[in-house]
This record gives sequence, C-alpha cells and structure tokens, in this order.
Amino acid sequence: MSVEQPPGQGSERPIRVLIAKPGLDGHDRGAKVLARGLRDEGFEVIYTGLRQTPEMVADAAEQEDVDVVGLSILSGAHMALLPRVVALLRERGMDDVLVCAGGIIPDADIGPLKQAGIDEVFGPGTSIGQIARYFREHVRARSST
Amino acid sequence: MTTGEADAGLAPLLAGARDGQRRPLARLLTAIENADPGVRELLPQLFRASRAAHLVGVTGPPGSGKSTLANALIAEFRRRGRRVGVIAVDPSSPYTAGAILGDRIRMMDHAADRDVFVRSMASRGELGGVSATTWIAAAALDAAGYDPILVETVGAGQSEVEVARLAETTVVVEAPEMGDEVQAIKAGLLEVADVVAVNKGDRPGATQAARQLRAMLSTAGGRVQRQPPRILVTTATTGDGVAALADEIERQRSAARSPEHARRRAENQLGRAVADEATRRARRHPAWGQTLEALARRDIDPLSAAERLLG
Repeated sequence: MSVEQPPGQGSERPIRVLIAKPGLDGHDRGAKVLARGLRDEGFEVIYTGLRQTPEMVADAAEQEDVDVVGLSILSGAHMALLPRVVALLRERGMDDVLVCAGGIIPDADIGPLKQAGIDEVFGPGTSIGQIARYFREHVRARSST
Repeated sequence: MTTGEADAGLAPLLAGARDGQRRPLARLLTAIENADPGVRELLPQLFRASRAAHLVGVTGPPGSGKSTLANALIAEFRRRGRRVGVIAVDPSSPYTAGAILGDRIRMMDHAADRDVFVRSMASRGELGGVSATTWIAAAALDAAGYDPILVETVGAGQSEVEVARLAETTVVVEAPEMGDEVQAIKAGLLEVADVVAVNKGDRPGATQAARQLRAMLSTAGGRVQRQPPRILVTTATTGDGVAALADEIERQRSAARSPEHARRRAENQLGRAVADEATRRARRHPAWGQTLEALARRDIDPLSAAERLLG
C-alpha cells in the first residue's frame, strides 16, 4: 500500500488485539516482538505491559472492545491464570472474543487449556505470519456466527 | 470482527452506556470508531444525552510524559470524586494501517477502578493528533457520565493543533531540554495551550525551562486575543505539581464556558463538520473518479477540482 492511500477508508477496519502478560514473570521481549509484528500485519495492538492480574486483563479487554486477547506467559502459572482470564471475560459478556496464549506452555497442558476456553496456543517457533493468519481467519469466523 | 450493529440500531447501546454499563459503552465506541452507519442516526440523541463534561486535551511531543501525566491526573480527579474518561490516541501506520496503542500501559494503576474508563484509539490516517471520530467518542463518554474527559493526542510536533479545536481546555506537556527560547516563540503548539505543564520536574533544567517559557509566552499582544497560559512544573511519576495542574484545569473549566469561547469552539466544530460532509458528498459525485484522475495527471488544480465536485 502506498503512503498516499489513507488507511481505513473504504477498506475493512483493523482487527483490535490486546496483548497482555498475566502473572509475575518479567520477560516481555516476545510480547513486544509480537505486538510490533502484528502492527506490521495491519492490526491495532493494545499492549498493557507486565504483571497483570486476570482482572486487569479482562477489564482492559472490555473497555477496549478487542477482537482478540493474546496472553503471553513464561512463568509456568498458565494453568491457574489463563482459565481465570477466560472466566472473567465470559462474566463480562465477552464470549465472542478470541483468546490465545503464547510462551512456554508444555504440550500436555494444551488440551486442558483448550477445554478451559483458550482457543489456540502458540509455542516457540511460531511465526508472526502464522499467528496473524490464525487471527484473521478466526475473527472473521466469529462475526458470521 | 463484528459486522456492524446498524440493523439493531445503536440506541440500546447508548441506553446501556447511560445506565453505567461498560460493555455497551465499549461497543458504542467501536461503532463510532468504525463510522458505523448507525452512528449518524444516533448523533442527535447522543448529543442530547451528553451532560457537557469538561473536555481536556493533553498534547505535547513524544516522550514528554503525556500518558504518565494523564495517569497522575486520573488519580487526582478520582480523589476529588470525579469519574474520569480517557481517550488515548496513538498513530496508525501509513503503510499497513496497523498501530501499537501503548498509552494504556502508563494508566494501569486505574485498571480495576470502575469509575475510570480508558479507551485507546488509532489515529487512522488523521494527521492532527486525534482521529476523525474522537469528538463523537468523547460525547459517548460524556453521555455515560464521565467528567472530565481527557483526550491524549499522538506525540505532537509543532503544529498538530487539531486537539485545541476539539477540547475546551488544552494542556501542552513539555519536558526540560526540549529547545531554546526561540522554540517557545515559534507559532504552533504552544500557542494553543491554555496550560503548559513542564513535566519531568525532577530533571535538571525543569525550573529554568519553565522560567524561559513564562518569559517568552507572557508577552503575547498584537492580534492575539487569548490569555497567556499558566506554566506549571509537574513530576508525573511522583505526583508533584499534579494537584496544582488539576486546580488550573478546573479553573479553566469556567473560562471555557464563556460565550466567546463557546462560539469560537462552535465555529471550529462547524468548519470541520462542513469539510467532512463536503468530502463525503464530493466522493459520491459521479465525476469524483474522473476528477481524481485529472488531478493526478496535473490537468487541473486541486481547488478547481473541488469546485467542480461541489458546484
């Protein structure tokens, strides 16, 4: 797209994504790289920074009316924190938001997380292009239901 | 992505927002931001529902501390028992339309406070530091009972003065060591300030910068009709000077309600609305595409092109 072409005019609106880091680990390089990469893919990315409680994440998602919540977690507390975020989003009536996780999550935990309402888990080695494609496809699917 | 809520109409969302519910307010803001067709229909009702909240613009160069100062102001206004609405605008990429909306990270102190509502918006192609729909979004927050409403612009350079047309009171945030006295007397951003906050007051040079600004900005005369702005030193990270800034903003509230001020603002709003509406109509003109091509080939000048489409 050329710079003279103003974005958002007649084209479809950008997908809004919240990138949050629930819990206590202090490594947000991955979350920032992803935020930057999604920006370059045309997403509007709200980044809320480190050490968020599930309540803070859910409140931010509610106020920002995002299409996707992306949770980056490296601390090992994913089984405690991620289902809690899903529950709080549902409590706020946000059943239609796509919730994805990334970071260090053992394969054995992926099934239970999906049971708990996490839509997809992206482990190390996933490309930003793959994540962007997944968001586009599944957010679209959401609107037609 | 939602497909738009035009079918059901947006009135139920407005009703929910006025009732203090956050989800309907958030959905309404999305519809406004996307210029959903239902918004036009809702505007008269939305304006009737607005309770004339004090609209405060917060602008200044990138890194001067606008978001952190907004965070400190939220805390101060909450102490005064006010419900605070915030619209934080960050730039959209001109290439991909993507954006990083990172102002919220500075305002997470208030994440769990039900009487604070923060909404991040991308500028979506507007160059004045706010987006085209910001004023409607502010009206929605107003209708939901938030007052004051802080509108934080994208990091502004020298001439992103659009926020001053929108807001009743404009706070320009500067940081020390941003330039010499000549910077202070240039036309542009500092001219539209009702209040200047020299932030990062704990840094060396802050009081000196404030003194220089005071000296240079207090001499306004000639054709300038407005009062010179108060210059205050703040340290957003510690809260120093923030109560004084909030006092000054509240003092400006009544000044902003004077008939002259209201008329000037109305004139700006009307000018902007007429320009937007004229653009919309011109785009629907059968000769739009052909005129655009002619302009691209330089066969016609832009003003004659505009006259052809509007005449």
